[in-house]
Amino acid sequence: MRTTRNDRILLAHGGGGQLMDDLIRHHILPSLKNDALAGLGDSARLNLASSSVCFTTDSYVVKPLFFNGGDIGKLAVCGTVNDLAVAGSKPVALALSLIIEDGFEFEFLDKILTSIGQAARRSNVEVVTGDTKTVEAGAADKIFINTAGIGQTLAGVDLGFEKIAVGDKIVINGTIGDHGMTIISQRADIKFESQLKSDCAALAGLTCELLENTTGIKFMRDPTRGGLAATLNEISRSTGLSIEVRETDIPIKPVVQAAADMLGFDVLTIANEGKFVAIVSPESADECLNISRNHPLGADAQIIGEVVETHDVPLVELETRIGGKRIVQMPYGRELPRIC
Amino acid sequence: MLDRINKAQKLINSACEALGRRIDIMEVCGTHTVSIFRNGIRSILPESLKLLSGPGCPVCVTDQGYIDTVLNLADRNDCIIATYGDMIRVPGKDHSLETKQAKANVKVVLSSEDALQLAKDNPEHTVVFVAVGFETTAPATAVVVREAAAESIDNFCVLSGHKLVVPAMRALLSGKNDNIDAFLCPGHVSVIIGYGAFAEIVEDFNRPCVVAGFEAVQIVDGLAEICRQLSTGKAELTSVYSAVVSEKGNIAAQQIVDECFEPVDGYWRGLGKIERSTLRLNDKYGQFDAFKRFDISETPSEERKDCRCGEVLCGLIDPPVCGLFGQTCTPQEPVGPCMVSSEGACAAWFKYGREKIHKR
Repeated sequence: MRTTRNDRILLAHGGGGQLMDDLIRHHILPSLKNDALAGLGDSARLNLASSSVCFTTDSYVVKPLFFNGGDIGKLAVCGTVNDLAVAGSKPVALALSLIIEDGFEFEFLDKILTSIGQAARRSNVEVVTGDTKTVEAGAADKIFINTAGIGQTLAGVDLGFEKIAVGDKIVINGTIGDHGMTIISQRADIKFESQLKSDCAALAGLTCELLENTTGIKFMRDPTRGGLAATLNEISRSTGLSIEVRETDIPIKPVVQAAADMLGFDVLTIANEGKFVAIVSPESADECLNISRNHPLGADAQIIGEVVETHDVPLVELETRIGGKRIVQMPYGRELPRIC
Repeated sequence: MLDRINKAQKLINSACEALGRRIDIMEVCGTHTVSIFRNGIRSILPESLKLLSGPGCPVCVTDQGYIDTVLNLADRNDCIIATYGDMIRVPGKDHSLETKQAKANVKVVLSSEDALQLAKDNPEHTVVFVAVGFETTAPATAVVVREAAAESIDNFCVLSGHKLVVPAMRALLSGKNDNIDAFLCPGHVSVIIGYGAFAEIVEDFNRPCVVAGFEAVQIVDGLAEICRQLSTGKAELTSVYSAVVSEKGNIAAQQIVDECFEPVDGYWRGLGKIERSTLRLNDKYGQFDAFKRFDISETPSEERKDCRCGEVLCGLIDPPVCGLFGQTCTPQEPVGPCMVSSEGACAAWFKYGREKIHKR
């Protein structure tokens, strides 16, 4: 079906007049409806019980906009929710900013907004404020999204690099590389058929359950860009401690491994959007694993290694399948353009 | 799998002990290089066994003259350069193809077919296919050259830099590096040329040649077979990849290469000019030869004096010995081709080895 100018975003949709009002009332509000947003005030007022809050922001420029397992809208909610979750907080509210290119089809915008609404409801957060801008054709690639989020720090939870000690276990809640390999497989210039599916998911339900029921979690991070390799290296560099992980314990779907091998990527460096790495005291590791495995987002959870003494310089080492050892470097970037 | 590894490891250990000296085994395939690093194979071998990464990465062995030729062609407004992705970051005299990519006449292709399609889609431009690689990629180039001839796609041509593995191995043993004790021969190339092609190395130079696959266990099996031969004073041609590689190889692929190409003397990085080591389109398909079409004579260009890729490719030094390694030469800003390609020895040492960390 041919689309007409009426089916598309115009520059005037960002102009503050009637078209903008239509865009907000007929496209944005219906997907996101909640009391705080309905007032359309200049700011949202939040009444929080806790005096300690976590506050974060992230921008989303993923290409393609729609991929197996999610889209830019779901990603924009889950990504920011996950940043709040791994900081030890319960996400409460999001701000949503859209930057839309002139000519972008409403059909796709509506799909993205619906998916933002769904993801927010599933994560028990509300989009309480937002902004929309339009830019000339060519000034953006279809749509860019920024979300900012506020979470209430869970009572008694205080996570940080400084708490990590030799002997701590490293827990991951499932398979790695799913998101990044899905994106690259769907990029226009590669196109290979596969059963790859992004792991894009909001982790707050699982992380809150873990933090409320165990005491030994010292630090958490979501291994997004740069993958597990980048996260483990950040932990090692920040603590001055070394890390040993076992290749046989790191969960990787065969289809992800096969795609990565074919394209020459190391799965350890590939992005995830529904995973956390938790550094846990040895006493709490099994409990942490059990809770995770009983949650839909942690069925494949594993203890993948330990924090160890540094002998020379802090580094991340992998024990390979054949019992050999090799270094896991901080990825040097440029692996995949625009994956999130 | 671990049982098989343990068994091979024991064999390697006892053979090395019996020999009582340093053993240099060279792999001549970038995929072997990466697999050796990724699986931490070096860490399970005795110290006296040294693995050398030889001229097995297509980007790495391509000489500076060829790269400068490509860069010169990229400056022409009437040309589109079609190249495999790992070539675009190789630095030339002043630029790399990547810096020229902004001009939009450099296109990354995933196959030779894509390059030919580019020619069909852009009849007003001449598409120059930067055809590099060993015997594995040459058949794919030959296929599209035949197709271009059959369909009279005259705006397509090939700058063939295809290289042959066996002449390079001969050159190494004929003076570049006499210390190589044995070769771990490439599985992919052997699928095409057959393991029989390495017989001349065994016969003329008395060095064991063992063809192996790319899984960790296949590589370790290959190394164990080499150690067994060395410790018993033998030099044989063996394939531990027999399920995939035959003695005669893929005859159909060899025929199509023979139909389109002829071996000529060619320049290699680090190895210099090697007789009958490079494939050039023959007279029958001469009209698709970019060297002829643009009247280019292949001349060697100066390599940077401080870049030691050439010595790395000959197995004379390990990458960290080079003063640029990990300092001014990194995968982000490579100086030499061995740091550009993910299959290059320098990139593998940088990514998986400890040395870079110690230099930091």
